[in-house]
Formats: sequence, structure tokens, C-alpha cells
Amino acid sequence: MTGDRLRLALPVLSLAVLLGAVFYLQPRAMSYFGLNLLFNLAIPVALATIAQMMIIMVNDIDLSIGTFVSFCACVTATFVHDTPLIGYAILAAAILAYAGLGALIQFRGLPAIVVTLGMSFVWGGLAVLILPSPGGASPEWLKTLMSYKTPLVPIAVVAPLVIALVVHLLIKRSWVGVILQGVGGNDRAMERAGWSLVKLRASAYGLAGLFGVLAGMCLVGLTTAADANIALRYTLLSIAGVILGGGEFVGGRISPFGAVIGALTLTLAASFLSFLRLSPDWQIGAQGAILILVLAVRLLFVRKEAAA
Amino acid sequence: MSFGPVHALRAATLEIAAGECIGLVGHNGAGKSTLANVINGRLSPTQGAVTYRAGDATLTNGQKAQASGVRSVFQELSLCPNLTVLENLRIPFRTMPRKNWRRVARQKMQDALDLVFPGHGIKPSATVGNLTIAERQMVEIAIAFADRDSEPSLVILDEPTSSLDAAIAQQLLDHIKRFCTEGGAVLFISHMMGEIFDVSTRIVIMKDGQIVDDQPARNFTRESIVDAMGHVAPDDTDTGATRTAKTLGAEVVRAENGLNARQGEIVGLAGLAGHGQAEALAQIFFDHSSVWKSSGNPEVVFVAGDRTRDGVMPLWSILRNLSLTTLSEFSNRILVDRGKESDLVQNWKQRIGIRTDNVSNPILSLSGGNQQKVLFARALASSAPIVVMDDPMRGVDVGTKKEVYQMIRDEAAKGRSFLWYSTETDEILECDRVFVFRTGHIAAELSGDEITEENILAASFEMQEAAV
Repeated sequence: MTGDRLRLALPVLSLAVLLGAVFYLQPRAMSYFGLNLLFNLAIPVALATIAQMMIIMVNDIDLSIGTFVSFCACVTATFVHDTPLIGYAILAAAILAYAGLGALIQFRGLPAIVVTLGMSFVWGGLAVLILPSPGGASPEWLKTLMSYKTPLVPIAVVAPLVIALVVHLLIKRSWVGVILQGVGGNDRAMERAGWSLVKLRASAYGLAGLFGVLAGMCLVGLTTAADANIALRYTLLSIAGVILGGGEFVGGRISPFGAVIGALTLTLAASFLSFLRLSPDWQIGAQGAILILVLAVRLLFVRKEAAA
Repeated sequence: MSFGPVHALRAATLEIAAGECIGLVGHNGAGKSTLANVINGRLSPTQGAVTYRAGDATLTNGQKAQASGVRSVFQELSLCPNLTVLENLRIPFRTMPRKNWRRVARQKMQDALDLVFPGHGIKPSATVGNLTIAERQMVEIAIAFADRDSEPSLVILDEPTSSLDAAIAQQLLDHIKRFCTEGGAVLFISHMMGEIFDVSTRIVIMKDGQIVDDQPARNFTRESIVDAMGHVAPDDTDTGATRTAKTLGAEVVRAENGLNARQGEIVGLAGLAGHGQAEALAQIFFDHSSVWKSSGNPEVVFVAGDRTRDGVMPLWSILRNLSLTTLSEFSNRILVDRGKESDLVQNWKQRIGIRTDNVSNPILSLSGGNQQKVLFARALASSAPIVVMDDPMRGVDVGTKKEVYQMIRDEAAKGRSFLWYSTETDEILECDRVFVFRTGHIAAELSGDEITEENILAASFEMQEAAV
């Protein structure tokens, strides 16, 4: 248990350090309104990170999550707004398509990295077809939900925690989650015990699709419009978030709370660099540097743990 | 039961009744694991049938085995290291009640561990990845004996005590005896004679895929078991004929565990598979070849047994596969001397008899035996004085084997040293000196006339009682 706690301690610590630095640079951020501004774009990032986590949980990686979220955002801003019935049907079909991909990857023994890379062009193309130029509008209820004012703590802080809690209960506590994690841990043992790997992988991908759809919808709720390229960065952010949050690429070791905190840290890192008045040209590089720093510290922790 | 053209198991009939504990012994490749896998339904026999206590005819053997309560514990661990101990019980327990399943799993896991290993100190909520190897093995054994969808009726244990210490192993043996008196059955595979005699009511001996002896345990002695396991039908009669007194040079290599070789000597590494021979070879190879200081003249070359994993470059031609090790020896600083390369390959093609029209054909166009010849040529073509061979004759036909034996003897006579790990007795009999490995250590060093199958088998199996 101590090992798992240690894994979670690092992302929490790095978030706290970054938050402290931001407050030091900009004391006015230490308010209800300030926190909301700092974190509100973290909600869709957190959802996309959870989606990526579902895929990493079964030892795969998803390179299409960014274009998939963009696609979902475009559908939300057009079909869901104009003709809700068709809009929700498209989103449901997208989730089924994700589950189908999972089944295909398992059934044919394909490398997920290739399949999802290919799919990223499919989702990207569909998004451009639906919304060739930035525009559309957010469904009214989504806009209201995303600008809801929770008492004391802003929604931008409450929502990620609620997301983490729900996913924690689903993945870490329920028996379904345990079986899904087992696929990442030792898939041959699962097969010997009589579980269908095709069904399990399809379920994991289906869950990823569901959280991808939620990410796209939240994004539209926040920005009130969409664009075919709106979430391209999410692919790398989500992978970085999972790993930053104590996850491992193989072995089914993942942590929902860690992943959400990782997503928050990455979002905050961008704001922190803006407060430093760093030119936007340097920001992506600097974000990468922060990531490398945190991962290097974790490597030290893991080594010590292994030596102990 | 056959895999392709290889008969792993033939004419093996075994009936296991409730209350029996069967000790299964045999040398490498005798078919013990195949027999266990046929019984638990993971493999379907190509001929013949398996009958179980429960399950109707429409089910597969695996499902019938599951319904009848056949459980197995194998040497490779089948736990999920990212889950906790109690969560691992959920995986084989397919019909666990969904409400409050954690409480049920915790209770059943605790009960099973307490039953088999009293005083174990393993928490059901611990993550498996954080446990020691021995603790993981204990968890796996406990899960096999746990009360799940069906009661366990037959538990197959393949070398279950390999990573347990003596006291814990004794707890397991006691539990097996208790389990059998209560009407359960156990199939116990082990190389520890003491354990076999301690628990078995019946002993089954396998050799070359056949059951050669099957009698109550009291009819056997340790010596009679070793006798029954031995005497593999010899392929040819001239083995050992060439073992004449050779004058050997100075010692050229010595490892920490005592393994050593002299110049011009063929040293064999014997013992049951997976007892540390491959690791010992890798240690010697890596100690004498450094990535940083790689020079044109390597000290040690390696012949891989697992061709596809660490031998063949599957996309390359025969020529380029063969010349790989020696490239730096006959090339100038930057460019490969294609002429010399081709001469070398043609030369070796003649000497070792690689059956191909054109050495620029892809390596995969060759049969397994010829691919292995290319790997031999790759190693022998270099000027390295030490050749390390990790069971290099896997899947090679008898004719090729004889050619290679002759070539190894010739090279040794020229002053090269060979370290040769083999799972086949007739190959070990080719060696000048043999180290027998057991549980990662050298159990015996045999030389000259001491190299006999009986001596090797006796050293591979633990003959003493386990010290408690």
C-alpha cells in the first residue's frame, strides 16, 4: 500500500508546488473567480485523460483521443444543438465504434498504436466535414451546467474531483473494474480463467469512447463553439497526464485520482508559464521540461522503492 | 498428443481417483507438463480422450475440467501483479456474488491462506506486485485450494516448492496429505525426491512422452526411480567413443559460481531445464563482452538456442546473417569488404553444408536445422576462443546434429573452448566435463567416465530429505 500512496503523493506534491508558484506570482488568483479561471479548461482535459487511462489500463495507447474529442465537440456544437435526437445518436454510435475498435484490436492481434493513429485521421476528417470552419453553438443546458456556480469552491475544482471519485469507484472498487485491470496485469491468466479478452478489451475501449464524448461535450459547454482542431493537443496531454499521475504504460497500473491530478497539473503548468510572461513560442517546450522534471523525480522514487 | 511432427505424449493412460496423491517424475522433455496440460483441458489431445467427473458432452475439455474442480498451479506465475491478493481471487472465481464481493473475497482468501499456510502473514489487501516471489507462490497455491464456484477435486502442482523455503514447503506437503485424506486428489510434479516420497501414494514415471512405470509409492526406492527415468534410447552408438584422453590447456574462463573451462575443452551444463544454466551462460557472455569496449576480436561468441528470439535476423539474407559477428574482423574502418564477406560465407556454406542454391536468399527460406547451421557458422567463423551455446540443437534433425557434433570436436581439438548447455542427454555425453545445475547452483561436477546418464539424473534430482 505504501508504494501506491507514494505514487499518488508525487502528482499531488507537484500540483501543490505549481499552485504555490502561481499564487506567489499572481496573488489575485487565490479567489473563487481566479481558481475557476485557472482550472476551468481542466475539466475536458481531465475527462480525456480518463479516456486515455482506460486504454493504457489494458496495455494499449490511444493516439486518436485528441481528434476524437474534436469530433465529439463538432457534433455537439452542430447536431446536438440543432437536432438533439440525431446528435445523441451520433455520439452513441461513436462510443460503439470505439468498443468495436477494441474488439478488432484484440481479435486480430493488431497493434493499438497503429489502429488509433489511423483512426485519428478518420475522426479528424469527419470533424472537418461536419464543421469546416469554426462555429456552431453550445446546447443551452450544457452552457448552464458548465457555468454553474457551486458554493464555496468553484465548479472547475469540484468537477474534476467528482469525476475522479466516480471513476475510482468504477475501476478500483467494482468487480468489473478489477477484471478490466486484470487484462493489463496478466492477460493470459484472464484467458485461462475463462474470460473473453475480446469482450473485456471492447468494454475498456467503450469506456474510453464514453469519456471522450463527455470531454467533447464539456469543451463545447465551456467555449460555446467548436472547431475541427479544437482538441488536437489532448492526445499528448492525456498520455502525459496518465503517466504523471502515477500510471505505467504496461502492467495495468493506473490511478484515476492520479490521472485527474496529472491533467490539472498540466493545465496549471500552461497558466504558470503565462504568468511568468514566457513567450508562447517557448511554452510547449517549457511544459515538456516540467513533465521531464516530474517524471525524473518519480523514477528516483520508484528506484528507491525497488531497492527497499 | 503431438505438436506438429513432434509426439510430446503417446500411449499415456492415467486414471486419477479421489484421495490419491500422484507424484509425477521424469527428465527434461519427458512430457510431464504436456500431460498436466492435457488433464486440465488447456491442450486437446490429437488422439484419445480425457474423461472428467462432471460436465456434459457439449462442453470443451477446459470447461469440463473447470466444472469438475480441476485446478492447476504452474511454475510461471499466473497472478495479476497490479491487483491485490483478494482481487486476484475474483479472476478465476467467475460466479462470485456481486453484492459485497470484496468481503466475500477477503474472507475466502484469508481462509484459504490460513488453511494451507498457517501463520503466513499475507494481507488479502496487499498488492501482489509488492509481495516476494515466495509469497506470490503461496497466494497462487492458496487460490488453487480455495473454495470457489466448485470445490477443488484435483489440484495439479508443477514444481510448487521451487521458490518456497523448507518450512513453508513442509506446510504445503502437510496440507496436500490432509487434502488427500479428505477425498481430494493431487498431481504433484517435483524434482525433489524427498517431497515425492513424502506425499505420494502412487508414483508415475515418464520418459520420452510415455508413462513407463505407475505403481504405489512403497514399491519404489530413490535408486529405482532414477533407473526407470534413465536409459533414453540412444540415437547412435558412437557417443563418447571419441572421448580419449586429451591434453587440455590452461583455464580460460571461470565464473563466480565455480563454472570454468580450459582451453580446448567442451564443457557441458546439464540439469533440469530452467535451473540457472541459461543465466550462467549469459553471465559468462556478458562478463567477457562489453558494449563500450567492443573490439574487432571478440573473446566470446554466442550460439542461441531460441533462434527467433535471439538468433536470426528474420528479414536478412543468409549471407548477411552469417557474416554478422565477423563483419568488423574483415572490414576496413567504415565500409564492409563485400568480396571478403562473400568468400567467407561461401567457404562456410561448403564446410557446414548449408542446403541452399544462393546465399542471398532470405534466411527464413531455410529449414530450422539449416538456420541453426547458419548461427553455428556465424559463431565459428569468428576468431573468438570461447564459444557459448545455449541449447543450440532445439528442433534440429539427427543428421545435422551429428555433423555439428563433429565440427565442435574438430574446433575443440584446434584449441577452442565450448560451454554447452543442453537438455538432451546424448549431447551432454559428448562433453569432456559436465556441470550439473540444480536451483541455480552447481550440484555436481563430473568428468571423464563419471559422465553417465545415471549420475546426471541423480545430481539433477534432490536426493536428500529436505532439511527442516
